Formats: sequence, C-alpha cells, structure tokens
Amino acid sequence: MTIEDQSPVAGAAPPPETAPAQVLSFRDGALYDGPVVALAEFGATSNTAAVRIDPGDDARALLPHLGRLRLVEVSFPKYRDGRGYSSAQILRAAGYTGELRAAGDVLLDQMVFMRRAGFDSFAPAAPLDRAAVDTALARFPFVYQHAADAQVPVWALRDG
Amino acid sequence: MYKYDQYDQAIVDARVAEFRDQVARRLAGEITEDQFKTLRLMNGLYLQLHAYMLRVAVPYGTLSGTQLRMLGSIARRYDRGYAHFTTRQNIQYNWIKLAEAPDLLAELATVEMHAIQTSGNCIRNISSDQFAGAAADELADPRPYAELLRQWSSFHPEFSFLPRKFKIAVIASDTDRAAIQLHDIGLQLVKQDGELGFKVWVGGGMGRTPMIGHVVREFIPARQYLSYCEAILRVYNRYGRRDNIYKARIKILVHELGAAEFTAQVEAEWAHLEPLALDAPQAEYDRIVAQFAEPDYDLAADDGLNRSDPDFALWVDQNVHAHKQPGYAIATISLKPVGGIPGDASAEQMELIADLAERYAHDEIRVTHSQNLVLAHVRKADLYALWTALADAGLATPNLDLVTDIIACPGLDYCALANARSIPVAQKIAERFADLDRQHDIGEIKIKISGCINACGHHHAGHIGILGVDKKGEEAYQLSLGGSGAEDASLAKILGPGFSEAGVVDAVEKVIEAYRTVRSGPGERFLDTYRRLGDAPFKAAVYGAPA
Repeated sequence: MTIEDQSPVAGAAPPPETAPAQVLSFRDGALYDGPVVALAEFGATSNTAAVRIDPGDDARALLPHLGRLRLVEVSFPKYRDGRGYSSAQILRAAGYTGELRAAGDVLLDQMVFMRRAGFDSFAPAAPLDRAAVDTALARFPFVYQHAADAQVPVWALRDG
Repeated sequence: MYKYDQYDQAIVDARVAEFRDQVARRLAGEITEDQFKTLRLMNGLYLQLHAYMLRVAVPYGTLSGTQLRMLGSIARRYDRGYAHFTTRQNIQYNWIKLAEAPDLLAELATVEMHAIQTSGNCIRNISSDQFAGAAADELADPRPYAELLRQWSSFHPEFSFLPRKFKIAVIASDTDRAAIQLHDIGLQLVKQDGELGFKVWVGGGMGRTPMIGHVVREFIPARQYLSYCEAILRVYNRYGRRDNIYKARIKILVHELGAAEFTAQVEAEWAHLEPLALDAPQAEYDRIVAQFAEPDYDLAADDGLNRSDPDFALWVDQNVHAHKQPGYAIATISLKPVGGIPGDASAEQMELIADLAERYAHDEIRVTHSQNLVLAHVRKADLYALWTALADAGLATPNLDLVTDIIACPGLDYCALANARSIPVAQKIAERFADLDRQHDIGEIKIKISGCINACGHHHAGHIGILGVDKKGEEAYQLSLGGSGAEDASLAKILGPGFSEAGVVDAVEKVIEAYRTVRSGPGERFLDTYRRLGDAPFKAAVYGAPA
C-alpha cells in the first residue's frame, strides 16, 4: 500500500471545491501532492504520510509519528487565528523536517512570521505574487528572537 | 538609557519601509480595509471618530530630550500642536492623515522611536516604574529587563496573532507604581539566594471583566525569564478563547482553568522550551544593563533645599520624591492643570520640558501611567530654577496624587469605542476641587475615568472610579469606590445607580465630604477609610440614609 491509496476521509472538513491554484515552495525538490487526512482520522490509518491540523488540534499528537510524515498541512481558516504558528513551532522544535504547509487565509503580510515559524510551503486561498513575497521576506535584515528558522537573534551577532 | 545599535536601527527602518508599502497598497486598493486594519493596528494606527489616531511607543516610559523634542515637532507638523500621554506610558496623536503616517514614522525612526505593536492582538509596549533607576527602594533598575522584553516581543513570529492584546509590566521594588497585578503578565525583580530573578503574576487586567493577577511563580531566574514568558504566551496562544472577543484575554483563560491548572500547563510548556536555549546570553544582559548605567552624579551636590518661596515649597512637598542619590530628587511634572485635558501636552510644552531635561535632569524624561511626566535625576540645587521655568509654562501644578490629578481616557470626544465623554467630567471635577487647601486637606485620592467598558482610564483601579455608559442614548456615569492599582491591588465596587454628568460630579463631592467626616484623622487616606468602613457611609451620603 502506498500513500496514494489514502484519500480525504469522511468526517473531516470538506476539501475546497477546487484545490488551491498555487502552492509556493521554499523547499528543494518536488512537493508532496498526494491526499491529506485530517488529524482526527490520522490515528486510524497506518500508512498516511500527510496530515492536516486545524487550529484547535494539538500538534503534539503527531510527535510519535514524525518519521513517516512527508507533509503536515496547517490550516488557517482566518489569518487572525494564530494557533497555527504555535503548531508549526512545536513540530519544528520536535525535529520535524518534512514539508510544513500553511493553507487557507495566507496573506503577504504574514509571510515573514510564517517562514520564521517553520512553514516552507504555502497554499494561499487567494494567489500571491511570488516576487512580492520574496521582497517581503527580504525586508527585515535581523531578528530579535529564536524561532524555527535558521536566523540567529541579534544578540548572537552582537556577541560575535 | 538604551541607545540603538546598527541592528535595532535597521529593524525599525525596515518596519517603516514595510508600513509605507502597506499604506501604498491600501491607497491603491490592493488590499481590503479589513486586511489593512490588522496591519495598521499592529503599527498603532486607529481610525477614530474624526481622523486617524497614531499611538507611538515610549518603551517603559523613558524618553530622551531629543525624542521628546521630536514628539513636539511632530505634534506641530502632523497634528494640531498637541498630543496625549496615555495610561500605557505611550503618546497619541489624534489628527493624523493616513498618507502622511509613513513619513511621520520615518521621522520617529531618526530618534530611535517607533509605533510597533502599540495596538493589535500582540505583545504591547512594555511598561515599568516611572522612578526606575532613581527610587531608593528598588533592587536594581528594571528597565534593562523591559528593554530585552521589548526586543524579544518585537515581531515575534509565534505571538503576533494572539487571541487578544497582551500587556507586560516590569518593576523592581515592593512599591508598585506600574499596576503590575493588573497586567497580563506582571514581573517583579526579586533576589533569591543571591541570584536575580522575577516573581511572576499572570491574568490581571481591567476591561469589562476586571481581575487581579495570580502568582504563577515565586521565582524564575532572570537568565530564564524570556523563555518562561514564551511558555506563558504559548499556552495562551494555543488555548486562549477566540470565540468571543470579550473573553479572549489571558485572564479569562486563567480564570476558567483555575490558577493551579494554568500554572501546571505553563510549567509543562516551559519544560519543552527550556532545553531549546531560547534565552539571551549573559553578554546581552550585560550589554543592556550597561546602557542603563547611573548618570554621572555630582557627588558634591548639596543635599539641602531652600524652601523660602512658599509656592515652591508647596510643589516640592507634593510633586518631588526622594532620590537614592544624596543631593538629588525626582520631580513629577503634572499634566493635570485644573480645567485642562489630563495627559495632554502642547508642542511648546514638550520642547520646553526637553530643554529642561537636558539642562537639569541628565537628558531623561519618564511618562507615568497616571499621564504625568517625571524628571528622575534633578540636583536639589536646581529644583528652584526648574520649578520657576515650569511655572512660567503652566506646568507646575502641585497636585500629584491629589483629587485633581485625574486619569481619563480620551472618551467620546475622540474615541470610536466610547459611550460617554471622559474629559469634561475630569475637567468639572477638577474645577469643583480647584482650591488647593481643600485638595491638600483631602490628601491622596486617585480618581480614574473611563468612557467605556474597555477601561482605558483604569476606573477599576481608582480609589474613585467613574465609568461612562450609554443609557438609552444618553451619556450616564457609574460610580465605583475602593480600587487600587498599587501593591495592595483591589478592584473598585459599584456604589449604586448611575448619574448624569452633572450628577456624578456632585456624587464625587458627596463621597469626598463624607470621607472628611468619617476618616479617623487627616493621615487616613480615602482608600484606607473605605477599606475600614465599607461603602455604607458613602452610599448614605450619595443616595440618602437607608430607610
């Protein structure tokens, strides 16, 4: 059985009528494009490689399974709901290195926060201009705190 | 005080560029007003009743003369010649044009200032003790820790879309001049076994459901307080309520879980975070602490004071506090002249105070949460000259902590959220009690006025609190007694049915006259009398004797 055998499961939030037209990637290589199951269905299916967590889900439920996950999709039904940032940081801090995708109400002005929280692919409900995204991501030259990305806080630069 | 280095400056400059781009996209219609609202609020820009209001951060309330002069200059060029100091030690401009806001921010950045996170559902300006670094009773200057919190919380990627706003205050003495128990997180610097650390309160707040914070930790070492705050914020970000804006503050989460369970969750989260080495290294603490080094005191400064001018002596007795350094004093500049707007200052006044700070006070000004300004390091020998210059500018009102030193929010004169006006009520109370002898006889009493349930005027923490409400389309006012934002924090209780604007001024006078009758002596503050006797004598004075 392969991961392609899995399909979205009844009882999960319905998938969008049309898949997002755009997935922005900051990963090397191809993105995962197989089916994704909701966290609630994840435990019952043994070979799932892709799971979606919604804002109210506990990302730590995935920690025993990180090794077999290729994609964790974190849904942002509303951009103002910031729980997905904690989910991302928890997964990255626990050592998850697979694709971490922010999906839904993903907007240009949140991209810096999302990249720093560990997201490396994006499925925005409304398409984003990649050039504008890259400009936004390049804007802040320094950061003030540790997060899930590779940037070091300014104190490490000052100390050096 | 703290000076930006190349990194701080680059980050603030980048924020100006980002906001300029956001404004341009909004003006071009590329983003919706709903999307822009969040962006502008994260930069302190509100749409008020008549214009945009811009709230500029004054980190832990500390300003240099150069900064205050710039604030005055901005008031003159971008506003109507004045601005308003707030209960979060910030400053607000009330008449800002959206298209000009990016230029205004660029000018602020030239003096190491910004409006980052002065609104929005994020970590707001860190507040502190206005006497920090000067008070004799403090363990150490708390501001380096507030500055590190400022940096850590700026553009924090995980905590920029919290359930609701988040306010942190830091102090370093047992006397609480920053109302820490009424903050989302309150931190008091303490020492245990020779090590500096913090006692941590969580879950205090005002608004429509006022609560006093709970102690969640008696001691967290200072080298780990950032990661501990990160744990608190993570629990809140994950589990704070998002279904109801009025139940979204951390105080509701703490209340619903119970302090013990909330604390257990924070400790469990901190156990995850502590190994990640999120805290700043000792070298960074040392770097920041060094920037708050004591000023170059005149060690030969005379500790005596010539009090022969009675008006000066009156001001000294009311507005000047003891300094830890012999020969020095802490002077508070009242922004509460009788009949004025609490917390307002004109461009000319700001420029004058900046000059005086440079000449007499080691180039430092503090904003207090009571909406006054402080010159923290003044040689006693210079006090008379300082007072003379202040008096000439209408800035020497000797009413600190007296009945006319009223906190008031902008209210319905400016604010889109308000139900009632605050400023005219403050003005009428001040006029009623304008007589200084009467004010002194009444003694310390803190009147705080909010124009709506959001409680920006801290009415819950007022010895006398006044809340403006909308009563069938009419402005009405509720009177509460017995609140305190100090180390003996308590929440004011509603006395009885509400009043009209004129009625509430009369009611305040009746309460105060009743206090003068029943107090044990002139040394007993209003708050202490209230705590000793309860509200019965005040109810009787206001509403008539019970049947």
